[in-house]
Amino acid sequence: MSSPAERQTLLRAEGLSKAFGGIRAVDGLNLSVAAGELRCLIGPNGAGKSTLFSLLAGIHEPDAGRILFKGEDITYLSPFRRVRKGICLKFQTTRIYRGLTVGENLIIARGKRAGSGANGRLEWALGALGLAGESARPAGELSHSHQQWLEICLALATEPELLLLDEPTAGMTPEETALTADFVIKLSGQGVTILVVEHDMAFVRHIARGVTVLHYGRVFADGTLEEIEANHEVRRIYLGEQ
Amino acid sequence: MRERLGIFSRLGGPQDLGRGPAFWVAFGIVALGLLVFPLFGSPFYLSNLAVFFIYVPMGLGLGLLWGYGGILSFGQAAFFGISGYVYGVVVQNLSQTPGASLLAVAAAISATVIVAALFGYFVFYGQVSAWIIPLLTLVLSLILETFMAQTAGYQWRVGHVLLGGYNGMTGIPSIQAGPLEFGGASVALYLLTVVGMLLAYLGLRLLVNSHYGYVVVGVRDDVERTRMLGYNVARMQVTVFALAAGLAGLSGVLYVSWGNYINPASMGLYAATVPVIWTAVGGRSSLVAVALSTVALKWLADALAVRGGEYAFLIMGALLLATMLFFPAGIVVALNRLWRRARRLPS
Repeated sequence: MSSPAERQTLLRAEGLSKAFGGIRAVDGLNLSVAAGELRCLIGPNGAGKSTLFSLLAGIHEPDAGRILFKGEDITYLSPFRRVRKGICLKFQTTRIYRGLTVGENLIIARGKRAGSGANGRLEWALGALGLAGESARPAGELSHSHQQWLEICLALATEPELLLLDEPTAGMTPEETALTADFVIKLSGQGVTILVVEHDMAFVRHIARGVTVLHYGRVFADGTLEEIEANHEVRRIYLGEQ
Repeated sequence: MRERLGIFSRLGGPQDLGRGPAFWVAFGIVALGLLVFPLFGSPFYLSNLAVFFIYVPMGLGLGLLWGYGGILSFGQAAFFGISGYVYGVVVQNLSQTPGASLLAVAAAISATVIVAALFGYFVFYGQVSAWIIPLLTLVLSLILETFMAQTAGYQWRVGHVLLGGYNGMTGIPSIQAGPLEFGGASVALYLLTVVGMLLAYLGLRLLVNSHYGYVVVGVRDDVERTRMLGYNVARMQVTVFALAAGLAGLSGVLYVSWGNYINPASMGLYAATVPVIWTAVGGRSSLVAVALSTVALKWLADALAVRGGEYAFLIMGALLLATMLFFPAGIVVALNRLWRRARRLPS
């Protein structure tokens, strides 16, 4: 039985480590994410952000440590079973089915939920991100930002409780970044727990309630956006100040 | 935005060439023509056509597996041969049992699907690299050929049926259902092959335009993406592999019913390679292209064999190379693109 405190914690990573060859990408990392939280993960290149996401999504198995989702140990659960439990990842580089139409992409993503009428959030997301009228369009012909948004919609079609967004605004214009930020805030308002890895500090400032800074595969700092921006050491390692 | 996946919209779905009324009218005329052909054709032509059509389910199976599922396999010949041998063993051992041949058909196709599912389980759950799979499946075919070739002698028998070694198994009874015998040059076998071919085509067309079919295509295009949408990719691949094998098994039993024999060469290098040539030359991304090229190339190979057997394989190989170089998507698919471009239709 999980304690009341654990019931409020959606995701917990304990002592998570992963090395590739001699490089320790994630090194004894501890992280706790509460249900409904919107949190940004930031850090310099090589800090272990994307590796952490791949461990949480099950793409890689950790060398040590464990991952608890809703109190259940999912450390060695296969990726597709994690998706079914409610964790979905938007990859760092856009991964949609470029040879299929937008509608066909969604047929795959909806799975057996197709036609059930239960996925109202997806319909809302498609409308909010300008994809509602694009069903017949080949996904490979969409603009870069629309491809990114389509991938977010594919993830939402799995009805996740925890959405992992790895650099969702990479390559977007400031206007598109702002639209994405507004969308993420509204999505969070609907109760979806969201972890975002992002380099664009304007985006982070726009959306973040909580920020976790990773450095050398560990949590370097954790707090509100104001606390993180006021942290001299964070400013030195990440924001480049002397 | 919700997609309709009803049976008629599925049949006309985008996952194959040939859509719209013109295609279906032409399809209906061809199907009807094939079904009434016995009223005009001689037994010689019926027998020749039947043997071309026999191979279509096997070709379509590879089209599904390779073109839609992204898994290149040289194993269709192995499954064709397994099915043929199992049919031969069962039907002869049950020769005194009513309905023996139908039981043998069921046993042959079931055994083939089970062997394929087991093989597929180790390959796909073992996450064998995609480029290794063609080699493994080729080895499967060649090992079975080599093994069966050395089964000469009385000690190599199942029940009272001898496996026959290099010469194979002869005198296998044709499929029989009541008074109908589906043998060599019979109208019944011809019609059975036509119906088998049409049902395999229509069934697969429904399948590839279903949700399952889209996921198969999704796995081909991006395994990781599909896995991260909650799909057990390995299980999908095993089922597609087993389904393709089952279609090869259907061809195998029809072949034995036609010729009343099966030998190890049916699983040899040539036999393992030609389905890949049929599929590549027509265009593996289209079922109708694979069906057309299977019939056309089977006819070509037979015509070449009559005029000088040893050159047939060379010419088929040259055809494959030329297709890969000049029409990598396949000749039928390339011609369709040209036609659509000329008429300014969307591809």
